[in-house]
Amino acid sequence: MDTRKYLRIESVDMTFDTRKGPFVALTGIDLTIKKGEFVSLIGHSGCGKSTLLNLVAGLIVPTGGGIILAEREIAGPGPDRGVVFQNHSLLPWLSCFGNVHLAVERVFGAAESKAKLKERTEAALKMVGLAHAIDKMPQELSGGMKQRVGIARALVIEPKVLLLDEPFGALDALTRATLQDELIRIVAATGATVLMVTHDVDEAVLLSDRVVMMTNGPAATIGEVLEVDLPRPRERLALAANPRYIHLRGRVLEFLYQKQLKVAA
Amino acid sequence: MSSIAIRKRDVLAVVAEPRRSSASHPAAPALTASAERAASRVPAVPVFAKRRAPAPEWMREVVAYAFGLALFVIIWAMVAGMGGRIPGPGAVWSAAVNIFADPFYQKGPNDQGIGWNVLSSLQRVGIGFGLAALVGIPLGFIIGRFKFLSDMAAPIIALLRPVSPLAWLPIGLLLFKAANPAAIYVIFICSLWPMIINTAVGVRQVPQDYLNVARVLKLSEWKVFTKILFPAVLPYMITGVRLSIGVAWLVIVAAEMLTGGVGIGFWVWDEWNNLKVEHIIIAIFTIGCVGLLLEQALVLLARRFSYS
Repeated sequence: MDTRKYLRIESVDMTFDTRKGPFVALTGIDLTIKKGEFVSLIGHSGCGKSTLLNLVAGLIVPTGGGIILAEREIAGPGPDRGVVFQNHSLLPWLSCFGNVHLAVERVFGAAESKAKLKERTEAALKMVGLAHAIDKMPQELSGGMKQRVGIARALVIEPKVLLLDEPFGALDALTRATLQDELIRIVAATGATVLMVTHDVDEAVLLSDRVVMMTNGPAATIGEVLEVDLPRPRERLALAANPRYIHLRGRVLEFLYQKQLKVAA
Repeated sequence: MSSIAIRKRDVLAVVAEPRRSSASHPAAPALTASAERAASRVPAVPVFAKRRAPAPEWMREVVAYAFGLALFVIIWAMVAGMGGRIPGPGAVWSAAVNIFADPFYQKGPNDQGIGWNVLSSLQRVGIGFGLAALVGIPLGFIIGRFKFLSDMAAPIIALLRPVSPLAWLPIGLLLFKAANPAAIYVIFICSLWPMIINTAVGVRQVPQDYLNVARVLKLSEWKVFTKILFPAVLPYMITGVRLSIGVAWLVIVAAEMLTGGVGIGFWVWDEWNNLKVEHIIIAIFTIGCVGLLLEQALVLLARRFSYS
């Protein structure tokens, strides 16, 4: 298998049928992601970046083109992709353990012993720093902690690719920074392949190997792709004054606010 | 409107400073000497008048309840005092003491204690309602899950739901050729609709996010049902159960008046034929109390299964 072409999005079009007739959300999307790469999708709201993520997740089916993950075409949702939803989507009647265990049981339940499943669940919660809150219910947790459980639930099934849909969008700036640092650490430790939707320029540049910038919808497509050649591990504080970082950040800002300025938002 | 606003503010004050309000009670009327000295030394600091601690909320509620009930009894006594056949509170009370002294006597099929009458009514409600739950809840799940079936069921439900359950009584008598099953059948019919409708609404209201979790993990239908659908729908289902029980308890009295036998509804009718009006009033209170208890039990159940 060619790990340089791990996830291939090939000339994907997405048209929705609405009451007012067909709505072209995405057109001619081509993107190839390497194994272990971290790619961000950024663009103004309504540019179809979440649609693209949902296509990779298999929650919707493209009207044209195809998506291939590890040599197999994506035909629907499946546990080979871990999804972290923007609003955490934890089941409120299950504890942190229960929420993560649901995923573990689904993926490893047939092959492994109960003790091993429990061990995997606990390890995942420990990895996101929630060992102390394992038996808490979601409503007892802060927004950041809920999102950590969401990340644990997505990663514990050892997915081929991790899909993050504006994972920190609902959090305050300080919590967001902490979780970004956690995510850098977790991704480095697991070597996960990541596709993340964001509208935060700093987040995109800080976390990604490549930033995919999308044009405004309707009929959105990929405008530019920016290679983020900053060495890892990346340090938030050190980068703040790094001229290369400032330059890259400026490139994204320029794309969003000059080339794709949204008129009368 | 304004009285409610004042009450709310007082409650907030109690919550915000529970210690101060209780401690300030004895020292409330006058400033102490040391406080006066302190005030003269630092004239810029204003001295606030100490407020009396407001009574706790529950106490005021109890007082309000007592006033309401007292007013009710006074109006009742006045209506009874105007003449006519309505017995006053005193007469009803002494009759009630008499009746509840031996609620479980049995002197033949038409003369039994009020306890037996209430229990037989509750039994009919229990059976009719239980059968309705067995049919209505699964039906609600199916209707909620599949749009086509929901559209199929919509006109039937829309047409039959507004029908008074008692209109079904003759059909029941025809089908079962006996009064007791016919009464149970009426309870079944009237309990059915709220349970179907609420369960179906609950299934339709399951957040798409939760279902997306299921889809992304590709959970089996059984897991989707036990881990996502059922817990998400449970609060709606309990609402349906609560409405059903309420309606069933309303309807059983009327149904029993028509079918006879042992039961609180029949008892009301029987006492009317005996012209024991105070017994009818006792029956009204008893029906009210049992209904209230059923409602409260289900409210407790609902609280047990709410997640927020």
